[in-house]
Amino acid sequence: MKGNAPLVCWFQECRKEDVPLVGGKNSSLGELINAGIRVPPGFALTTHAYRQFIEQGKLSEKLMGLCDGIDDTDMQALEAASVEARRLIEETDLTYELEDSVAEYYRKLSNYCCMPATPVAVRSSATAEDLPDASFAGQQDTYLWIRGVDDVLNRVKTCISSLYTARAIAYRNKNKFKHHEVAISVGIQKMANSWTAGVMFTLNPSNGDRSSIVIDSNFGFGESVVSGEVTPDQFLVNKVSEEIMARTISCKEVCYTVDPITQTSIRSEVPAERQEVQSLLDHEIEELARMGKLIEKHYGRPMDVEWAVDKTVPSGGNIFILQARPETVWSARKTDPVSGGRKSALEHIVNSVMTGKRLQ
Amino acid sequence: MAKVQFPNPHDVETIPGTEGWERMYPYQYPFVTDDPERKAYEENAFWFYDGLHYPEPLYPFDTIWDEAWFLALSQYNTRIFSVPPVFGVDHRMINGYLYITPVPVKDPEVIQSRIAHFMERAGYYYENWNALEAKWEQKMKQTIADLEALEIPKLPEMEDLSVVKEGLGESTGYKLLKAYDNVIDLGIRCWQYHFEFLNLGYAAYVTFLDFCQKIFPDIPPQRVTQMISGIDVIMYQPDEELKNLARRAVDLGVDAEVRKGTDYEALKASLGGSDAGKQWLAAFEKARYPWFNVSTGTGWYHHDRSWNDDLSVPLSSIGIYIDKLHEGNSLERPMEAVQQERDRITAEYRNLISTDEDRATFDQLLGTAKTVFPYVENHLFYVEHWFHSVFWNKIREVAEIVKEFGIIEDVEDIWYLKRGEIRDVLWDVVTAWATNVKPRGTYTWPKEIDWRRGVMKKFQEWSPPPAVGPAPDVIQEPFTVVLWGVTNESLKSWSDIQNVANLDDIDSFKGFPGSPGSVEGKARVCRTVADIGQLEEGEILVAPTTSPSWAPVFIKIKACVTDVGGVMSHAAIVCREYGMPAIVGTGHATKIIKTGQMLKVNGTTGEVTIVK
Repeated sequence: MKGNAPLVCWFQECRKEDVPLVGGKNSSLGELINAGIRVPPGFALTTHAYRQFIEQGKLSEKLMGLCDGIDDTDMQALEAASVEARRLIEETDLTYELEDSVAEYYRKLSNYCCMPATPVAVRSSATAEDLPDASFAGQQDTYLWIRGVDDVLNRVKTCISSLYTARAIAYRNKNKFKHHEVAISVGIQKMANSWTAGVMFTLNPSNGDRSSIVIDSNFGFGESVVSGEVTPDQFLVNKVSEEIMARTISCKEVCYTVDPITQTSIRSEVPAERQEVQSLLDHEIEELARMGKLIEKHYGRPMDVEWAVDKTVPSGGNIFILQARPETVWSARKTDPVSGGRKSALEHIVNSVMTGKRLQ
Repeated sequence: MAKVQFPNPHDVETIPGTEGWERMYPYQYPFVTDDPERKAYEENAFWFYDGLHYPEPLYPFDTIWDEAWFLALSQYNTRIFSVPPVFGVDHRMINGYLYITPVPVKDPEVIQSRIAHFMERAGYYYENWNALEAKWEQKMKQTIADLEALEIPKLPEMEDLSVVKEGLGESTGYKLLKAYDNVIDLGIRCWQYHFEFLNLGYAAYVTFLDFCQKIFPDIPPQRVTQMISGIDVIMYQPDEELKNLARRAVDLGVDAEVRKGTDYEALKASLGGSDAGKQWLAAFEKARYPWFNVSTGTGWYHHDRSWNDDLSVPLSSIGIYIDKLHEGNSLERPMEAVQQERDRITAEYRNLISTDEDRATFDQLLGTAKTVFPYVENHLFYVEHWFHSVFWNKIREVAEIVKEFGIIEDVEDIWYLKRGEIRDVLWDVVTAWATNVKPRGTYTWPKEIDWRRGVMKKFQEWSPPPAVGPAPDVIQEPFTVVLWGVTNESLKSWSDIQNVANLDDIDSFKGFPGSPGSVEGKARVCRTVADIGQLEEGEILVAPTTSPSWAPVFIKIKACVTDVGGVMSHAAIVCREYGMPAIVGTGHATKIIKTGQMLKVNGTTGEVTIVK
């Protein structure tokens, strides 16, 4: 990002070199948007804003005093420090400048989505130096279906305070990271009001075939698929020709939808007549697969993607990518060449004739 | 998948009224129980019905090509190239249908010793493929030229005076016997050449397929064949000739005349009067040899007639092309697009390979597959089309003579005789001719032929089991592998369909996915190429099989379903070139589907659904 560090910025302004400013998650969303991938719109509260908040609230020393020197195995002491630290953060007011900036961007986002007080997801986006392993990142919080400026601002503070969970404090103490040097960014993103959602692998997770794309889907939000609560529909797409090669339609008994009154996600039963209906249309499968190809091309490696089809957006622009991570299982495996050291075509032919074809 | 069970070969029952059918075929073909050693061997082998080549029972004479490839394939595997784990392919017959089994090499030491020979011998062929293939083409052309030049002499009332004046010392009777022997000899020789490269070609193709499937377990075989598509082969030439004749007719301004009808004699009369007409007729005559020696079927049966036998077939196709030209169609095969798509797909798969070593192997095996591909395609034109078309007609000339002497009533009855029996009949004929008496066969053969006719009819109404004997886990013989496809799934679906009592109850079935894509459309069942005149724009062609003589229909249809064929069959290759779906090797599509039904054809999964 160019110029002075802003307090907030749109996702599309984020690039991968902005991880120190907007964290891994937000910068990755920016990357996706700029690679031509449709991502639900949103903005980031930057680490610059975080620092301003800590500074103006004079929190730095208080937090250090609470957390420094606690034995990283003393769970009770860690828990006590965490409660105190988080209370301290959450009771401190954001600066007017910060509040105004968030409110202004939230209003613009609602405008853009043609929906007053549009429901958003508020989630923390950790910066690289705080990301020694993926599991640590998961410690930070995500809040879904947040509506209205006040709630958004409150959740922003909760996200910031999630830097001071017991586990995070213990981790920094153990590894001698300084508490006052860490920073966090927060992402505020339109909730995809999904009709259907799920995950996509840009390889076949069952056999590692890199020429395949596998899509799992169920009605409603992706939670039911990610958590493994239902057996989703599964589609196998040829990455090269982009044709659907196989489809397994499962009986999907539950899904997550939005409660129209509380505007929150609720678990509900899929009506019997829809349970065995294909939850993602063929042309959606094909478009999603093309997006998968683009994402893989952009990152140069097989990816694991969360996606949703938004029912409030017209067809043709309604498929959104919510998250993209590098695939880890097959990519971590060392692949031995299948050539098996055979040098000439003839050696391969002999080997092939010797092996024959398995019929059963 | 559960093991598919097949009957014991000795338990298949003889159809009532056909007892004694075995005498219609070579004596070693039936399964037997009287020889305990042979019986045990037969029971322990897995025999599958070769429906790809023989969708119908064999006429006694047509068995000649089976004997020819029985010998040729097996000798190359066993004695010439020494394919390590497998000897030849053994043949049997049940109720006129052909069953084959590859014979494995069981002794591991023998396999090891065969590897070294194979490396040397097959290696030599792969290394010198192009030079040897050029030599092959010369041999093949010579064999065909010899056949075309061969005269079947009519037996004269009185020998020509030259026999006396030139002291020739041979009668036409003797020459007829010799000519018949020569026709048969050329046929056997032609099939010797047929298999010279074929199994090595299949082995190279299968190796590339195997390799791709190891790296990409999900890759459909048709994507592998697509990587070797877009190479010009002579199988397309007959169709190109028709297009050229259509263009020529338009250029010369005789297109309206040519379009009028499909009677060649009438056309000759109407065009013969003008210079332009004469020029077009000359071009037509020039194209006929060799390019109209293309069979309307697979060429394996005597009733697969060639364009030259029925000029209305190429003439109606030229008519279709003239119409297309009037509509502003260029008639070009979308070769460039096919090649671009081939290159794109090849590059994408190549990029997904994770090691340099495998990428190098991919390049190497793809190169070999591309080298062998033209032969695998082209041999069909030389042997099954050109040679066979000429061959069947030479035998018809022999049949004329047999008919003249009252042994058969109709020329087409000759096919009820084995080739050895025809030789016996000719001896009967020439000795009777020489002696000026009536041949004995005039009494014996008509009765026998009538009986055989009835037997053949019963055979045709019978459905052969897809296989007999215990199925093995692995098949190693390259020819069988390509013939078979990759799994026994297709076999199972064939047997499933056989167990359905009423074919009308079937609303979906599967075949090999021959060319990808999915469409819906109206079915048009064409049992022979003569039916293609009824085809309407945008219909789905359902046919027993297709050959190059069907080429003009591919410009009209939007998908193709066949009873017989694999991913390398004509219909699959042409549909890939035109970018339309094809499902091949369904076994029974022409029996199940009726013209006018709405079909959904998914060339990616191989599924055919009858919508209504």
